[in-house]
Amino acid sequence: MRAFARLFSAIDETNATSEKVAALVEYFRTAPPQDAAWTVHFLSGRRPKRLVGSRKLAAWASSEAGLPAWLFEESYQTVGDLAETITLILPDTGASSELSLSHWVEQRLLPLRGEDDDVQREVMVESWRELDRRERFVWNKLITGSFRVGASQRLVTRALAEVSGVEEGVIAHRLMGAWEPTADFFQRLIAPDTRDADVSRPYPFFLAHPLEGDPSELGHIADWIAEWKWDGIRAQLIRRAGTSFLWSRGEELLSGRFPEIEDQGALLPEGTVIDGELLPWIDGSPLPFAQLQRRIGRKNLGQKILDEVPATLVAYDLLESNGEDIRSEPLRIRRARLQSLVESVRRGERLILSPSVDVASWESLTQARSRAREVGAEGIMLKRLSSAYGVGRRRGDWWKWKVDPLSVDAVLIYAQAGSGRRAGLFTDYTFGVWDGDHLVPFAKAYSGLTDDEMRKVDQFIRRHTLEKFGPVRTVKPELVFELHFEGLQPSSRHKSGIAVRFPRMARWRTDKKAEEADTIEHVRSLL
Amino acid sequence: MPLLTLTDRGFYCESGDFYIDPWEPVDRAVITHAHGDHATWGSRAYMAAEPGVSVLRARMGPTAAIRGARYGETISVNGVTVSLHPAGHILGSAQVRLVHRGEIWVVSGDYKTDPDPTCTPFEPVRCHTFVTESTFGLPIYRWPPQSEVFADINNWWRANAAAGKVSMLYGYTLGKAQRLIAGLDPDIGPILTHGAVERMNAAYRAAGVSLPPTRYAGTMERKVDAAGAIVVAPPHASGSSWARRFGHQSTAFASGWMLVRGARRRRALDRGFPLSDHVDWPSLLATIEGSGAAEIWVTHGFTAPVVRWLRERGLDAQAVQTRFEGERDDEVSDEAGPLGGGEAVADEAVR
Repeated sequence: MRAFARLFSAIDETNATSEKVAALVEYFRTAPPQDAAWTVHFLSGRRPKRLVGSRKLAAWASSEAGLPAWLFEESYQTVGDLAETITLILPDTGASSELSLSHWVEQRLLPLRGEDDDVQREVMVESWRELDRRERFVWNKLITGSFRVGASQRLVTRALAEVSGVEEGVIAHRLMGAWEPTADFFQRLIAPDTRDADVSRPYPFFLAHPLEGDPSELGHIADWIAEWKWDGIRAQLIRRAGTSFLWSRGEELLSGRFPEIEDQGALLPEGTVIDGELLPWIDGSPLPFAQLQRRIGRKNLGQKILDEVPATLVAYDLLESNGEDIRSEPLRIRRARLQSLVESVRRGERLILSPSVDVASWESLTQARSRAREVGAEGIMLKRLSSAYGVGRRRGDWWKWKVDPLSVDAVLIYAQAGSGRRAGLFTDYTFGVWDGDHLVPFAKAYSGLTDDEMRKVDQFIRRHTLEKFGPVRTVKPELVFELHFEGLQPSSRHKSGIAVRFPRMARWRTDKKAEEADTIEHVRSLL
Repeated sequence: MPLLTLTDRGFYCESGDFYIDPWEPVDRAVITHAHGDHATWGSRAYMAAEPGVSVLRARMGPTAAIRGARYGETISVNGVTVSLHPAGHILGSAQVRLVHRGEIWVVSGDYKTDPDPTCTPFEPVRCHTFVTESTFGLPIYRWPPQSEVFADINNWWRANAAAGKVSMLYGYTLGKAQRLIAGLDPDIGPILTHGAVERMNAAYRAAGVSLPPTRYAGTMERKVDAAGAIVVAPPHASGSSWARRFGHQSTAFASGWMLVRGARRRRALDRGFPLSDHVDWPSLLATIEGSGAAEIWVTHGFTAPVVRWLRERGLDAQAVQTRFEGERDDEVSDEAGPLGGGEAVADEAVR
C-alpha cells in the first residue's frame, strides 16, 4: 500500500505532465505485476463498486475518533469529500503498511461484499489503524468508490509504452474493453508480441476538437467531408467470432440494451467494427436525446418502449474489415467501404450511413450549420478525407463545429458548496428567471466561472445568505449570469416546466441588475 | 456590566476606557499583534508587547504612539490591571489579561502552542472568561509534527534545486514568512525574498530574532537566473509577473488550510505545506481547558461547532461576531500600514 500511496501523492503533487509520467514509469518498473495490474485498473478510471455505505463509514470513523455525528457532518461540509474527512479525523497510530496493493484489494476490499455490518466494521477499523494518513486516504478513496487521480488514461498509456517499449497505440488498444486486473493481464499488456486475442475488444475512439476559428482556415472544402454532429451515444458495433458486441465510448458493454442494433450486427460479415452514434430514430430523423434516456438504465425493455423509441446506429466509420485493422487507411477509402457494407446489410433504418452535408463552399456550410437544430443535430463534424482514424482527441484532422448555444440571463437564487477542489466554496448554483414578480428556478450550473470569479461569488453568497436549508443557501437575488445550454425540453418534472441540457455559465453579467434578467416567457419562446 | 463589551469598533473595556484590537481608530488601543485585522491604523495611542513594537512600527509608521510593555508587566489603566502574556502567534503577539474587582479576563487574539523559534512561546494564563479564536476549530485540523513539515519543505527545495528549478514558497508576510525562513536549511541554496517579506525580516532582526541570511530579490535584474534558490513571498504574488520572472519553478503555499486537499488543488500550486500559526483542534481544546475559564467567548473561525462542543461539555460558551479574520485562505495581501499619511498622531501612550 505504501508504494501505491506514494505514487498517488507524486501524481497529486505536481501539475507537470512529464513529472506525472516519470512517477508512473518509476512505479511500473518496480511494482509486482499483480499490483501494477490493479494500479492500471484504478488509474484508467475503473473504480471498485462501493461496498460499504457512506453513512456507516461516517459512523464507524466518528466513533473511532470519539466524535459526535454532528461534528463529523460539520467537518464533512468543510472538506467536501468523505474519504478525506475520515482520513483527517481518525487518530494517527504511527503505523504504515508494507502489504501489497493487491493484498489490500483482494484480501480486504473485495471480501467486504455481502459481509454483515459487524464484519465490515471490524475490517474497516482494523485497516484504519494499520495505515498512515496518506495510505488511509487512498484506501478510503477505494472503499468509497470515488478513486480519481490527476492522471488520464493517456498518461498511463504513455508510461506503460515507455516501460515496455510497446507502441502507445497498441497499449491503448489493449486497455480497451473488459479485462481482469491480474498479473497475467499486466504481462500481456506490456508484452512485445502484438498479436492480440480478445474478440470483444473495441478500438480506442478517435475524438474531434472543437473548432474555434473560421472553417475557411482549414483550406479547400474539397479536402473535407462534413456530417451532422448528432447528440446520442457514441458507440462501436463489433462482429467477431459469430457474436455481436456493442460498446459505448465510456467503454461499457451495452449487450442486451439495444437488441435491434445487435440484430443488425448479426448481418455483418465476420471481422467488422463500425464506429457510429446510437440515436433514438424514427422515419429518417432523430427523437430528442431525453427519449433515449428513457431506455438507458431500464432492466427490462418491453416491446412498448422498443416501438416508441427505436434505436439506430448512424455509422460514421469502418475500423475493421474482414478481420483487418484498417484505421490507417484514409477516411475516403474507409467511408466508401462503409457505404457499400451498410447498403449490403441494410434492413429498414436501424443501421444507416451518417449522411454527409454536401456543400461546395464554406459559406454554404455555414448556412447548413445554422439549420442543424432543425434536423435534430447539434452542429457539424468536419473530417479530413485523407485522415487516418487516430487515438484520443487530437487536433488537425477532425473538428466539431457546434451551433451557437442558446442563451438566457438568469439570477442566482440558491447555492450549495462544491466538493473536491471546490470543497468549502459555494460553487453549485441554481438560477431563476422571472415569472411575473417572482423568480422561478430554471437551471442548475456548476461550470464556466474562473477560480477568481468563483471566490468572489462565494464571498457574495456568504454575506448575502437569506436562509439555510441543510447545505443549501437561499441567496439574495442580485447576481445575474448569462447561461448557455444546448437544448430545451418541456418537462413535467421541473418547476419551470422546462428541462435544460448542458447548462453552464458563460459570463457573469456584472452590468445587469436582477430586474433585467430574462423571463420564463422568453425561455419558452426558445423551445 | 461585563468587564468587556463588543462594540461596533471592537472589544471595549468601559472600566478602563480602552479598546482591544479595535477595527476603527480609537483613543487607546491595546494590540494583541501586528496583523492587519488586529492592528488598525489611526488610533491615538497603542500599547503592545515590547518584542512586537518594531514590527508594529513597521506597519503603523514611524510617528505612531506605541508603548511597549514587557511580558508579564502589570499596568493599571483607570483601575483595571492590564498585563500582556506571550501568545506564540508571531513576534510580539500577546494575550491581554485584565483584572478588575477580582474578575479575570483573557483576550488571546490569535495564538498557537507549537514551538516557534521566531517568537516567545505561548504561556497558559488562568482566567474566569477566556476569549479565543477558532480559525481551525474542527477536528479535521490536526497539525502534523512541525519537524516533518520542515523536512518536507527542505526536501522539496533540495529536489527542485537538483532539477534546476526555483522554489517559490508562499506564506504570509508577517510571521509565517520569518518562521519559514528560520526553518530553511541555508546549505541548500540562497534564500531570496519579496520586498514585503524582507521589510518584516528587518523588523524581526532588529528585535533580536536570528534568521539565516536572505537577499531582497527586488534589486535583481528583470529576468533572473535563480535556479536552486528558494523565494519566500506573500501569497498574492503567486501568478504575478514578478513571480514569473524567476523562470522554471515549483510552487508551494505554507498554511494550515493546506491540510485539506481541495484547498490546495484549487490554487493550482504544486505543493501545500500544512504549517499554521494558529492552534489546531486538539491544542485549541487543551488551551481552553487549561485556562480554567467557565465562560468562553469564541471569535473568528468555526465558531458554531466550537461553541456547541464546549456547551455540550458544560461550559458557558458563546459566539462573538468580530471582524478578525485569522489565517486567510485567499490571495489578498495582509499588508496593513499607514494608508493616508501621518495625521492623527498622538504621543500619549496608553496609561
